[in-house]
Order: sequence, then C-alpha cells, then structure tokens
Amino acid sequence: MKIKYLTTGNEACAEAAIRAGCRFYAGYPITPQNELIAYMSKRLEEIGGVFIQSESEIAAINMVLGASATGARAMTSSSSPGISLKQEGISYMAGCELPAVIVNVMRGGPGLGNISGAQSDYFQATKGGGHGDYRLIVLAPAAIQEMFDLTYEAFAIAEKYRNPVMIFADGIIGQMMEPLEFDKGIKPSGVTEKNWTMTGAKDRPPRCIKSLFMKEGALEKHNINLQEKYCRISKNETRFEEFETKDADVILVGYGTTSRILRSCVPLLREEGIKAGLIRPITLWPFPYNALSRYAKKNVKFITVEMNAGQMVEDIRLAVQDDTKVHFYGRMGGGIPTEEEIIKFIKKISI
Amino acid sequence: MKTGTKTRIDAERCKGCELCISVCPKKLLGKKGKVNKRGIQYIILKDADNCTGCALCAMICPDCAIEIK
Amino acid sequence: MSKIFKRPRSMKDVPTHYCPGCGHGLIHRLVCEVIDELGIREKTIAIAPVGCAVFAYDYWDFDTMEAPHGRTPAVATGVKRMLPDKFVFTYQGDGDLAAIGTAEIIHAGNRGEKISVIFVNNGVYGMTGGQMAPTTLLGQVTATSQFKRRADKEGYPIKILEMMSYLPGVVYLERTSIFSPKEIIKTKEAIRRSFQTQLDGKGFSMVEVISPCPTYWALSPIDAMKRIEKEVIKEYPLGVIKGN
Repeated sequence: MKIKYLTTGNEACAEAAIRAGCRFYAGYPITPQNELIAYMSKRLEEIGGVFIQSESEIAAINMVLGASATGARAMTSSSSPGISLKQEGISYMAGCELPAVIVNVMRGGPGLGNISGAQSDYFQATKGGGHGDYRLIVLAPAAIQEMFDLTYEAFAIAEKYRNPVMIFADGIIGQMMEPLEFDKGIKPSGVTEKNWTMTGAKDRPPRCIKSLFMKEGALEKHNINLQEKYCRISKNETRFEEFETKDADVILVGYGTTSRILRSCVPLLREEGIKAGLIRPITLWPFPYNALSRYAKKNVKFITVEMNAGQMVEDIRLAVQDDTKVHFYGRMGGGIPTEEEIIKFIKKISI
Repeated sequence: MKTGTKTRIDAERCKGCELCISVCPKKLLGKKGKVNKRGIQYIILKDADNCTGCALCAMICPDCAIEIK
Repeated sequence: MSKIFKRPRSMKDVPTHYCPGCGHGLIHRLVCEVIDELGIREKTIAIAPVGCAVFAYDYWDFDTMEAPHGRTPAVATGVKRMLPDKFVFTYQGDGDLAAIGTAEIIHAGNRGEKISVIFVNNGVYGMTGGQMAPTTLLGQVTATSQFKRRADKEGYPIKILEMMSYLPGVVYLERTSIFSPKEIIKTKEAIRRSFQTQLDGKGFSMVEVISPCPTYWALSPIDAMKRIEKEVIKEYPLGVIKGN
C-alpha cells in the first residue's frame, strides 16, 4: 500500500530518515531547515529514537559521531552557516570512517547572508570543507519525492562505505510543497553486520575508533586506503539524469532547484529552434564527468546555471576540457535565475 | 620486620622520576647509576630485607613499574 | 602467591609516552583499577581527548574512541544515548575541557547526561609545549604567558566544578589530587563514586584531578607534587563540591 500526501522537502527528508532506520538525530535551529528538526523531535520520540537539540552545530555533529560509532543510523541537518561549523566533525568522521547523513538546506552567503535558497556551498561540499584529503558523498535532490528517495538511500550508501553522505538541498527544495509517495511498509535497506562498533569489549578484543595515526607511514597508508575507497565510490555511485541530449547543440547543466528551471527552458528553446538538452548531476561528488565528456568532442555548447558565482562550472570545465565550449550563468545571494534570463543568455552566446 | 612480600621494579618501565623514593617510609629505594635501554637511570630497591611491602611506592608510580607479591 | 600490587587487568602491558613524573599514567591506572573492581571492563566505552592523553586508547584494554578537541562530552552523549546500558566515560585535560570544550561540558552536565568525566587539571597545555591554559595559576610563567599570567590581561584560573555545581542535572562533583598516597586513595574513591553514580543511573558526574606537569612547570617530579600541595590546591580546594 502506498502512502501519498503533500509535504515540504524538509519534512520529506525527515520522514525518509525515519523510514531508513535513523534512530539518532542531533541538530540546532537555523532557517531554512527548521521544519526538519521540529519533525525529527516529534517522530523520533514516537518511535523510541533519540532526539537532541544540541548547544551548537559543533556539538550536534559530534553527538552524531558518537551515535554512529555505536552502529546507529544517525543524522544531523543544518543550513550553510551551521554546516560551516560542522566541518571539523565531518573531517573526523571521514578520518574515522564513520557513516552518517548530513543535510544542508542551503541559504545565501557568505557570512550570515540571508535565508533565501542558494547553491553557494558547492565548493565546501564537494571539494572538502574540512581539513585533510577526504570526500563526502554529495546527493542533490531536485524535487520533494527525490528529497525522500535520496535521503532514504543515503543511509545505506553511508553504511556501505563507512563514509558521511551529504544531502545537498537548498531553501527552496526544503520549504516548497509537492506530493510525496512511498510504500507504507518500507523498511531500512543496506543494513550491514558491523565489526567495528563501540559496544564494549565483551567476548572480543577491544576496539578503537580514531583518525590519529602517528607511526611512520601509518597515516599515508590510511590515506591510500581512503582514496581507494573514494575510487570505488566514484565507480559505483555516480548518478545523473539526461533529458533531450541526443541531438542537442546546447547542453544545459544544473542540479537541484536550477535543474528544474533548466528543464522548463529545454522545450522553450527547442520551440525557438535551439536544440537544447539537460544533464542533471544527482551526485555532485562523485561528479558525473563522463556524462559530460562524451559530448565534449561534438560541437556542443555547455551552459551551466547555478545559484552562485560559478562553482560547479569548474567541474564542467574539467569534464569538457575545452573552455571555449563552457559557459556560465548564475545568480547570487538568494537570487533565482528565470527562464527568460537563461534563454536570453543562451541566445546571446549562440549567435 | 620481614613480611614475606617481594617488591619487583621493572627497570625498562621505570622513567626514573623518583616519586617512589619520596614516599618510601623506610627510604629503601634509590638509584645506582645503572641505565635501562632508554638511557634512564632506573630505581632499585636497595634493601629488600627491610621492605614491608606497604606498596606506597607502587601506588604513586605513574608507570606501573612496581609490582608487589 | 597473590599479588599485593600489580598492573590492573584493564591497563595494557605497554610503556606510556608520558614524561617522567606525569600524573596521567597514574590516573589512567586508577581508572583501570576502579573499572576492574566494579567488573565493568566489558561494558566500558571510553572517549579520549585531544591533548597529552590523546593516546589513552593505546594504554586501555577496553573499547575506546577519539573525539575532536573538546567535543568529548558531545561524542560521549551520542554513545551513551544509543547504549544506555553501557558504561561511558570521558577523560579530558584542562585545554580540552575548560577551554575549547567549555560549551560541550557545561551542556552535557545541564542535560544530566549519564556519563562520568575524568578531568585532569595540570594547568598547562602539555602536548603542544606548555602554553597557558584557562586553569593556569596567576603569576605562572608558560610558553604563552611569558610575563606571568596576569588577571587583567589573561583572566583568572577557571573553576569548572564550582561553575557546574549550580546545574541541577549534575549529580556528583569532586576535586582531588595525587600528590601523596593518601590523596591517590581519595582520588580512586572519587572515581569509584563517579562511576557508581552512572551505574546507578543517577546522572552526570565529574572528578577533577589536580595533576603535575613536571616538564612544563620546570620542576622535578617530586617538587611538582610539592607545588600542588603548597600552591595549586589553594586555588583549587580539594573535596566534594556536589553530591555525597
């Protein structure tokens, strides 16, 4: 039996976490993700999980670190300034190889910025954020249904690779309402036997979870292992969606909210005789370089549209390897690009 | 007074901090100029016959270097 | 023949990296003795700090994990809430607990987290080279208070236990030291009371142990112990601050 109702992205994300077996949540209020923390405070209590409103974003991520070390499925959520505070803990979790789901419902920056949706944390999410050579798996939902589906899957992916996963949404995806549908009896997926958790050394040798490796060569070896894991993740988990790309002369590239606008631009451009298509990265790390590079040899223009000053465009350039083919249009500080603006921009560079 | 106890100091574990010397009520501990593998002048029990096994030395040893049987 | 005094079962048979006369090795051992005597080794999960005791997990023979600097009580909160039947304690220095982790320790106490905290106060940052800590005494010279700590510029020594005693969620607080066998016995008893508080499901407890750092106090181990007795405990009076 299906459950179907109208809900916000924040609440869809929270419900997905519950359905995925998340039993620990710690967070701190910040707009525009407040519906998520409120929902978790109610739902986790109902099902006997643990909800903590922490004293800070820093404490929240470290509570998640502790809960994760026991083998529990754990989550925290925040918005841009709060995600900045969590970076220390995220780096430690990557170093300790602890799974968790971290939700960023982005707002405009830098600094306190504003509370409108934005995509200006792309570099932070995909290129590091915290210190050290590590990677976060970054999933970018573009609809409320996808907010649910990706969050649900995120827990299994995090556990499979023992790596933090970020749900990379923005204030618009977080707060808008759309229909959501899922199986009533949906059960957590990808639950694994764990031989690394903190449970007390009963009938087994003691365990240690740490990211500190002081012996000569030990940290290098640890990093080599991590990089090999990141290679496996790149190979197995890269996701994207294509729309009308087969005969396209112009390929629009966008994720999340902007991908929705770009999708509506495609038929409008085709009506005007411009053969447009869309590639929508779903994983921002691992980035779908191959999805783009196979069109690079053709005489195709790539138009990347972002709600920032141009961040993903650097990955597009890496994929295409020909800067003359890559164009960027963006709006910053909570500005949302309109179809008219985008079409005008494309017409200008197509001439 | 003999109590039949035996005090053993692990020379390799000893860091020569001398805290044990300071608490021995009978002043039976000391250094003899001998060094362990780490180059530390370790502590020895100079007079085992008079040791009562009170364990104050073991109690204050930060390095679990003293054992009393 | 049974041994009158031996290394506790929970303490690994390896030498520690601590300087000669450092209090950490001794306090590690007391913690292990209490764990053994309470028979809780198999249900213990320890959270080690960042600081000199960062390698505590190399010396303890039970489940241990690290935490980012000062976040130790937050990590312990996550562990204990998911595993309420296990025994969870943090072991923190004064930089970890009284400086960078002030928010985490106060709020863990305020929430009444059922964890035990061993707070080792030696008044300096040892691991990084003897810098001033919030607990450094007035007039003390350190790597970063080269003209002595002055109240008007560097503030006063912070008394975390007294601050936390006002929090209803905090059940038991005691300050002890290890400058003599008598004080060592008292410290062990305080650790036992703290651990029992958690085992009884009562709430948050903490033992602050005034400990020597001979290296960065520039004193011999024996003189460092004397300094605690003569000087340090005047600023940090010993005894039960809260609970019984």
